[in-house]
Amino acid sequence: MEHRIIDQQLDVLRDKILLLGGATEAAVNRAMQALTERDSELAKRVLEEDRAINQMELEIDRMSIEILALQQPAAHDLRFVISVAKITPILERIADHASNIAEAAIILNNEPQIKNYVDFPIMAQTAADMLRTALDAFTNEDADISREVIKRDKEIDASYHRVFNELLELMIENPSATTVAAHLLFVAKHLERIGDYVKDICELNVYLREAAFIKHSKQV
Amino acid sequence: MTSKITISNLDFFYGKEQALYNISLEIPERQVVAFIGPSGCGKSTFLRTLNRMNDTIPIAKVSGTVKIDDKDIYAPGTDVVALRRMVGMVFQKSNPFPKSIYENVAYGIRINGIHSSKADLTDRVEKALQDSALWDEVKDRLNTSAFGLSGGQQQRLCIARALAVQPEVILMDEPASALDPIATQKIEELVVELKKQYTIVIVTHNMQQAARVSDSTAFFMLGKLVEYNRTQKMFTNPEERLTEDYITGRFG
Repeated sequence: MEHRIIDQQLDVLRDKILLLGGATEAAVNRAMQALTERDSELAKRVLEEDRAINQMELEIDRMSIEILALQQPAAHDLRFVISVAKITPILERIADHASNIAEAAIILNNEPQIKNYVDFPIMAQTAADMLRTALDAFTNEDADISREVIKRDKEIDASYHRVFNELLELMIENPSATTVAAHLLFVAKHLERIGDYVKDICELNVYLREAAFIKHSKQV
Repeated sequence: MTSKITISNLDFFYGKEQALYNISLEIPERQVVAFIGPSGCGKSTFLRTLNRMNDTIPIAKVSGTVKIDDKDIYAPGTDVVALRRMVGMVFQKSNPFPKSIYENVAYGIRINGIHSSKADLTDRVEKALQDSALWDEVKDRLNTSAFGLSGGQQQRLCIARALAVQPEVILMDEPASALDPIATQKIEELVVELKKQYTIVIVTHNMQQAARVSDSTAFFMLGKLVEYNRTQKMFTNPEERLTEDYITGRFG
């Protein structure tokens, strides 16, 4: 097999999106840690590092466009560049949700703590697991694992509904906790959205591997 | 989709040398089919079996069948001249006759006796030049030499010449490989336009050209048909590893 100019560029692109994936995963984990461990310094770090994530997104965009325009990839090469170009903004949005959770953490850490954060640790754990598995599946181009992750989105949705109801009850029982509960509701919503985005990544993993579009179809 | 050309189990030999191995494929009516593959893979040889252009090579030998509209073109008694009128050809290098623009197009109509009068002949010349998207550029100089045209214009003149005798199929052997990007684009637009009326088979080394103009693509290697698929499928998710390696430049 001959060495191609495009191979080197695809390798660089792969490295860049894996770095972005790692940074996004770290942002989600740290944001939740900042909340559960009431660590506002860690929350601030998440906000600072979001700028670097935005820069990574721009770099990957630029490089994807350059490869499409100059190398005119086909077949698997084409699917790879398209997948990277579509996964990148998804990761950036996941990182934005992590920033939003970090902002909520800074506010909540100044408020008195209301019992244990109900279902949050499980929900956050599921979201983080799904994200890590989805990124591994992208690296290994594993469509089967990606399909498994897609199914797990239901777990997050179920947790979200539980958290929602618990927080609603809390607000009714204890109106003085309404501000805290309202912020926590947003955090729950951010985690739920992260689950949706991870699902989108997995759908692109399947496209990369099988050239099949499973988005918006009932069949996974 | 109606099949215009049906090729079954075609073998082709230059003397003892086998150039094509057991090729079978169907070319649908009013579609563009592109043949791609490395130099020497047999794609031009295969193209030339479709209007028996290889008959001119004394050592050439063909077995298998090529049917156009269900008629075997290699059956004894086939009128090869009529066949080549029905299956026109455009070559890599434009080859206008050393005559005026008008005469280049009128020639085929005249020797085939297609026209009913002088006025009809002129109408047919104009129609062919319009269909080949050349009319506006040459209408004021029809009686000047064809050699005064640019390379791209000469190639479209050759297409007009092929169209003038009312073919049903047009074979194009790398029709744009010697042209600049603008002239190439005109030929490609013309191919897409012409498929409304004609069945077109195009041999090209330009992968992007095959992707842009064709409905289906056939990939040949070492005289064998490796993959024949919808062009969209071929360039996004080919079925054969060899096809993937070729279209992504993993070997030349």
